[in-house]
Amino acid sequence: MSTAKALKAVLFGIAFGFLLQKGGVAEFHILIGALLLEDFTVMKIMLSAVVVGMVGITILRHLGWAELSIEKLQPARNIVGGLIFGAGFAFSAYCPGTGAAALGQLNGDSLFMVLGMLVGSYCFALLSGRIQKWIPITEQKPVRLAGSRGRSEVIPVLVVATSLCTAIALLPG
Amino acid sequence: MKRNNVLTGIALLATGPSATLLGNSSELVLRYGGPSWPPVLVGALIGLLVCLSMVVAKRAVGASSAYAAVAGLLGKAFSRKTLSVRYYRDNPPRFDYSVVFLISIVTGSFLSAWSSGEINAAWLPAFWVDMFGGDSAGLRIAWAFLGGVLLSFGARMAGGCTSGHGISGALQLSAASWIALACFFIGGVLTAKLLYPFSS
Repeated sequence: MSTAKALKAVLFGIAFGFLLQKGGVAEFHILIGALLLEDFTVMKIMLSAVVVGMVGITILRHLGWAELSIEKLQPARNIVGGLIFGAGFAFSAYCPGTGAAALGQLNGDSLFMVLGMLVGSYCFALLSGRIQKWIPITEQKPVRLAGSRGRSEVIPVLVVATSLCTAIALLPG
Repeated sequence: MKRNNVLTGIALLATGPSATLLGNSSELVLRYGGPSWPPVLVGALIGLLVCLSMVVAKRAVGASSAYAAVAGLLGKAFSRKTLSVRYYRDNPPRFDYSVVFLISIVTGSFLSAWSSGEINAAWLPAFWVDMFGGDSAGLRIAWAFLGGVLLSFGARMAGGCTSGHGISGALQLSAASWIALACFFIGGVLTAKLLYPFSS
């Protein structure tokens, strides 16, 4: 890894961790509050990040300054993995990024979540051959909910941005 | 009179959204403390950060794959077989960008907490203690660990986590990310409602 690349990772990582902590999402009660549908800080942060980032990246891509980087669509894996992830989110209260932020805030319990993360990743890797038989990765392409040029892209972006802004305004708290 | 009505109307229209932007008064926040910056501001800045990262570092923001890389590096030290399993053949574990990024999240959060006097330095969260009692550290440790196992297993299966899919992927309108994001919350809400004895 070049020094420039490492430096970018450090700067973006510090900025991300800083923002997560300022947003309160390194806190157990804010994260569990989201899953208990009692506090909507997490949803507000995520939805507003999506709105700003979505509009930003659409513009940047048209200027030729950025390219998309998205995962291939794997519906079975996205669903099964997503549900397992959700269950883990409820047990630990932290997710992979906010757990690191909780560690930075010196929440002692996040240390065990991080250890669990290492064990879980390793277990997945050991089982990855078998998992490929159970839920194979199919040769699917990245799929977007929008086209890549002109109206087919701008209209979905505007519709999603408007809906998410409305959702943010309607969220309680 | 009429002008006053118009002014009141404008004032009401302005206070509605700004209350959403600034106010955060869920029962949990009132009892245990809220975020030091308004959530919508933090979210907007994270959105800009992802854009900047995609321009400057040519990559989106994600946290979970770094744990798999670290686990692989540790595993490699104990067993040579580590590198022959399918996942590590496709994703050789390296001390790469994602690992430096993850470690820097810890640093950034520490700097933020330190700057606003929010260093917790406690083993158990206050809300947990109120639900399960002060002698429940064993249960918390077990759940945090089990949660970590499920989180990373699920993230590797789904191809990302709350930041990789939930923010970076969702804002690029990736279909996989929106499916995963919906399932994160479906799984999370159902499990949390079963696990935690709290209702306002």
